[in-house]
Amino acid sequence: MSPGAITYQALFYLFAAGIVFSGLRVITARNPVHSALFLVLALVNAAILWVQMGAEFLGIILVLVYVGAVMVMFLFVVMMLDINAATMRKGMTRYAPLGLIISGLIAAEIGWALWGHYLGIANTPHTAVAPAGISNTEELGRALYTHYIYVFEIAAVILLLGIISAIVLTLRWRPNTRRQDINQQLRVHKTSDHMRLVDLRDNSRGRKES
Amino acid sequence: MIGLYHYLGLGAVVFAVAVAGMFINRKNMILLLMCVELMLLAVNINFIAFSRFSGNISGQVFVFFILTVAAAEAAVGLAILVVLFRNRNSINVSEINHLKG
Repeated sequence: MSPGAITYQALFYLFAAGIVFSGLRVITARNPVHSALFLVLALVNAAILWVQMGAEFLGIILVLVYVGAVMVMFLFVVMMLDINAATMRKGMTRYAPLGLIISGLIAAEIGWALWGHYLGIANTPHTAVAPAGISNTEELGRALYTHYIYVFEIAAVILLLGIISAIVLTLRWRPNTRRQDINQQLRVHKTSDHMRLVDLRDNSRGRKES
Repeated sequence: MIGLYHYLGLGAVVFAVAVAGMFINRKNMILLLMCVELMLLAVNINFIAFSRFSGNISGQVFVFFILTVAAAEAAVGLAILVVLFRNRNSINVSEINHLKG
């Protein structure tokens, strides 16, 4: 085995162990902030594995969008809400055996499917995706803007839906805040609606003479 | 040599960890959302591994869309979480039925 292959293997096991370890810490950490930070670690490790697999664009996107935006939003919410971690952890061990059984079952089923050489994946060649001279980003962009252009537009609409629903859900109308009421602004017609004339008498002279 | 099996096995393990996390932290809604993110990560690892080893870019395109939908899902989920906390002063999932009309 060449030294490059050995390095590749070592790096794979290193980052795979990183993902599994931080995943376990995510689900067992006492503090939700620690869970979020370990999820960040898992995502960064996964991004490195993706780059190793040749999916450079998605690896960078994972770090930029997931770690940079989604996980920061998670951290904002965790820190903004005053969560009582102790009551949240009450009864945590009650369902732990069931959870372990079901997750073990799922892992065993997937492992069985892999072991049984279904899907014909044993004969899958170890080919690189990118043809010579085309970067991963360019290839992804070519697929995205030709075959998948309608799906791409639907994804944009889904993001818009996310924006609107998040704003509508969290917006609250407080009674005593000053806000711009555009309806009221458009309803003015007379000059007296626009401005109010205040009669300012010159009182300073009288004060001076006294 | 690292083959497709290694990546699929990694995806399976991460997915199983996320499922266990859903059972362990079944009260804490924010941990449930993080477990969903972990599940999506496992699925994405599988997609990219298949894309890499079958020489087809479509898997990576799907990962792109999964990331998009996951970002929207996290935004809406966290908004619901904030509303729940405002109304009930806790993020217990069992109280989420108090949010209905």
